[in-house]
Amino acid sequence: MATEAHGEETGLVFHPMDQFNVKPLFGDGAVHWYTPTNVTLWMAVTVLVIFLLLVVGTRGRAVIPTRVQSIAELAYGFVHKMVEDVTGKDGVKYFPYIMTLFMFIVFANFLGLIPMAFTTTSHIAVTAVLAMAVFLTVTVLGFVLNGTKFLGLFWVSSAPLPLRPVLALIEIISYFVRPVSHSIRLAGNMMAGHAVIKVFAGFAAIAAISPLSIAAITAMYGLEVLVSFIQAYVFTILTCVYLRDALHPSH
Amino acid sequence: MATDANEAAHGAAKGAMEAAHGAESAGMPQLDFATFPNQIFWLVVTIVVIYLILSRVALPRIGSVLADRQSTITNDIAAAEELKLKAQEAEDAYNQALADARVEAQKIIAEAKAEIQADLDDATAKADAEIAAKAAESEKSIAAIRDGAMQSVTEVANDTAKEIVSALGHKADAKAIAAAVTERLKG
Repeated sequence: MATEAHGEETGLVFHPMDQFNVKPLFGDGAVHWYTPTNVTLWMAVTVLVIFLLLVVGTRGRAVIPTRVQSIAELAYGFVHKMVEDVTGKDGVKYFPYIMTLFMFIVFANFLGLIPMAFTTTSHIAVTAVLAMAVFLTVTVLGFVLNGTKFLGLFWVSSAPLPLRPVLALIEIISYFVRPVSHSIRLAGNMMAGHAVIKVFAGFAAIAAISPLSIAAITAMYGLEVLVSFIQAYVFTILTCVYLRDALHPSH
Repeated sequence: MATDANEAAHGAAKGAMEAAHGAESAGMPQLDFATFPNQIFWLVVTIVVIYLILSRVALPRIGSVLADRQSTITNDIAAAEELKLKAQEAEDAYNQALADARVEAQKIIAEAKAEIQADLDDATAKADAEIAAKAAESEKSIAAIRDGAMQSVTEVANDTAKEIVSALGHKADAKAIAAAVTERLKG
């Protein structure tokens, strides 16, 4: 690690952001759009784990499920219920898309917690694409399903008439801020937690405070496990909320 | 030892400052736009692959498993309901049979009682008749015996009277004696 390399000279060197570097898997050249990088590797691992859980785990199709199958069914039931509760019955046909988002984020977050792993969801490029995809889909869907009535989302008809233009402005701003907050929330949470763990790990080079440092890493790790799931959940449920706005734009 | 720790703490502070400085100069890897096309390309590939896996294989399979389980549970509950109904029916039939048997038993008992009563009455009547017949016969024989006895007494009295009269030296008139005896016997 970097701390070991420079530890002799300066005592402590922190490189908390090195873990987020995108590197080519083979060789040391430039990163082109097609280059297999650590991003590729960890996304492939994510796909593999999802495949193992949801396809290999359920291959028995048992009425009385095995352990892996019941985890897969739990994930299915969790997301399905969320979609149904938040968006209503007519939102269920978008369930596969939302399930895809949830499974990708939750497994990318958890796999990023493996030591030496690369956290794909800590990159704003990844989360911004996901958030923009949700934003564009919801906006297009809103106009296709409701036509101009979709604009009623910004016209709060229950407010007094003089207030409505002001509220409309606020609503429009908040609508366009959605993808920004949606993506930065996830990437920021993942990045901050990992960076903090790395900083604590840097302090472990000092013998006197290394036990404290290790205890702090353990605590942060526990917190990060929680955050990994909660952020996947938050991203998914916000997607459902936005989808509901597209399906039923009236307030 | 103390100086060591002091030095280390000093070093830590310096290291942290250096790190902050380093981050400022190197920038966050997240904002390195050169890697964006690479990440976006692989993300799109990943999402499409996951979507295909989920929508083609995993979700229909899990959905059908859940539906199967639901229908199995529903069927089992229906079967249990049916069996319960059957058990109820069997119990009812059993109770009915028991009640019928009881009624039948009552009837048989009553019949037997009546029969026995009839037999008894018959026997009693027969016995009464027999007793009556016997009594009548006895009465008759007693009467006959009494008649016989009276006859004998009359004869004995006649004879005795005749003997006594002859012993007293009188010529006994049989007719007169008989009349006298009869007179006496009546008295």
